[in-house]
Amino acid sequence: MSVNTGGPRVGLFVTCLVDLLRPNVGFAAVKLLEDAGCRVEVPGGLTCCGQPAYNSGDLTDARALAKQTIQALESCDYVVLPSGSCAGMLRLYPELFAAEPAWQSRAQQLAERSYELTSFLVDVLHWDAVEAEFPASATYHDACSGLRQLGVKRQPRQLLDKVSGLELREMRDTEVCCGFGGTFCVKYPDISTRMVDDKIANIAETGAQAVLAGELGCLLNIAGRLRRQGSPVRAYHVAEVLAGMTDDGIGGEEA
Amino acid sequence: MKSTAHLFTEQARAALADDSLQAALRRAKSGFIDKRAAAIAAFPDFDGLRERGRRIKDHTLAHLDHYLERFADAVEACGGHVHWARDADEARRAVLDICQRAQARSVIKGKTMVGEEIGINGALEQAGLEVVETDLGEYIIQLAKEPPSHIIAPAVHKTRAQICQLFAEHHGSTAALREAPELVAEARAILREKFLAADVGITGGNFLVAETGTVVLVTNEGNGDLSLTLPRVHIVLAGIEKLVPTLDDAATMVRLLARSATGQEISTYTTFVTGPRRANEPEGPDEYHVVLLDNGRARMLADEFREMLRCIRCGACLNHCPVYSAIGGHAYGWVYPGPMGSVLTPQFIGLDGTKDLPNACTLNGRCQDVCPVKIPLPGLLRRLRDLQFERRIIRGPQRWALRLWGWVARRPRLYHRLTALAARFAPRGAARRLPLDPGWTRSRDFPLPKGRTFKSAWQERQRQENGHG
Ligand code: SF4
Repeated sequence: MSVNTGGPRVGLFVTCLVDLLRPNVGFAAVKLLEDAGCRVEVPGGLTCCGQPAYNSGDLTDARALAKQTIQALESCDYVVLPSGSCAGMLRLYPELFAAEPAWQSRAQQLAERSYELTSFLVDVLHWDAVEAEFPASATYHDACSGLRQLGVKRQPRQLLDKVSGLELREMRDTEVCCGFGGTFCVKYPDISTRMVDDKIANIAETGAQAVLAGELGCLLNIAGRLRRQGSPVRAYHVAEVLAGMTDDGIGGEEA
Repeated sequence: MKSTAHLFTEQARAALADDSLQAALRRAKSGFIDKRAAAIAAFPDFDGLRERGRRIKDHTLAHLDHYLERFADAVEACGGHVHWARDADEARRAVLDICQRAQARSVIKGKTMVGEEIGINGALEQAGLEVVETDLGEYIIQLAKEPPSHIIAPAVHKTRAQICQLFAEHHGSTAALREAPELVAEARAILREKFLAADVGITGGNFLVAETGTVVLVTNEGNGDLSLTLPRVHIVLAGIEKLVPTLDDAATMVRLLARSATGQEISTYTTFVTGPRRANEPEGPDEYHVVLLDNGRARMLADEFREMLRCIRCGACLNHCPVYSAIGGHAYGWVYPGPMGSVLTPQFIGLDGTKDLPNACTLNGRCQDVCPVKIPLPGLLRRLRDLQFERRIIRGPQRWALRLWGWVARRPRLYHRLTALAARFAPRGAARRLPLDPGWTRSRDFPLPKGRTFKSAWQERQRQENGHG
């Protein structure tokens, strides 16, 4: 267990995609938060933040999942998520409860304490003492919700700057959507593929060996397309690189 | 215009496979984006200007009845006529009546999206009038018999080669590839004749100024000016949401519009029209009409889509939409494409035939960031998804998959048991095919789980630490 018993109690919400498809991101987040002096808890009773339901018009399920999440996280000082869109979802919870004032104020309290991982480290903890090595060139994709809803842009770069060996190469149109869009990518696969192809062309243009982002959904999309094309470019969640916990990348063969 | 929005998916697929469309879109996209970015960088506080624009529109919409009345009074006081049209049909009839009373045979038109919305060209042609578009882009698509694919650049989907071909067919000129200025000169020569012969000029109106009854018209070709000065009769077609209280407000809006639309500080021609020609004026129409169209706008004013009425039709949301830039405007199937169209079309033609429009969006938010009047487009699209779900327009497997997933996700113990099983028994690596997958693995591998979920691995780590601790 960590020795930092005096730090803030941080509830880590391991998002549903990370939980199932890339647990390493969760462990990387734990390491980073502990390195930054937090007491990390992974509360039970959590599954998904409800974003797919909310974005598909299924407000009944979105509200139920929001309530479940609020209850599970109420006792933490802060709530941190390794995803801009899920952190953004928690910030939107109060909107769901216009007709239920009691829940709305609980949602409000949660929203005010919820952060995306890199923004929490940099903006709240003012921590950037990253100790990691990544001897490769990489480019960073600004995932949409984190960027536009939460203002995540400079924070991951400030942290990546501390990773030894890493050479960050900015790509063209780094702020343009990769075509994931939750259920969009399966409902409109042709458009989505065209968008991810544009993204991959911009990645390739930098010559970087890896692509990083703070959003697993986008990374699954980008990595899935890279793999299909047989590209050697590897994809990682930014937390994995910052924690020095990289394997052969998302969708790779290494267990 | 008959909607083909229900064929969105097929139309989008065809657009993606159309090489000349793709070439045209690629060229247009970076042009619009770079020019706007440069114009905004050169303006000291563009966000402040956006905020002012938003407030002006919100204030006007909150008192729209008042400003409409003032505008109408002012127009009549200058000798013009105002016609109120509840729907497209009434608007078409108003225009036809005016043309017939004036015994008009030929009509020239400046660009008007409301004209497209009510299908005015078809109605006039059916009544035996000749209609000629005077905006170069509109003229090109009129020759091609196509609807506009962009609200400010109607022929943006056409390549230069296609335009040369069209001109060759219709003007009898050479089909060889020619430069843009030569093509413009050729169209201009032909349009000149039409201008001089026309009885009626129809234009849109970018802003309607309540205090003076002035219609503000913004163009880059001067065709709007000719359409209103040369013919005997001038008809302005505009939606009721185009009102602004004062000339000062109109100036603010013009600054926003030009920068957002084309990256100009001001459009080449910004014309203020106030009534018919006066006795001491050398030019201008003898008769002047403004047709004000509701067509669902008053209803929007009262519901949760009111914010959409702030739209000044600048096209910035189209230019910055990665979906629009991939498929172009025609795939959306009706008059208004892109993000603004995906909100507006369901308002005008209903939720049923427009099922895809609110969904064909990744909610990436870029449109909202560039919108000069800060319309929360993604939020409005999401709200339309709510309505689709509520009204069971989203049905079948999609609905059931969502509900089933929700049902499981609301039961954490069951959820974690199922995900742990899935992680354990899934093959390693990445899948090239997945059962029941509607679209992912056609073009992408799916990275599979690696034996354990985070949850189960974490619990084990906790147990070990506690056991040793
Ligand atoms: S919604 Fe906003 S960005 Fe789009 S056309 Fe209207 S004013 Fe312009």
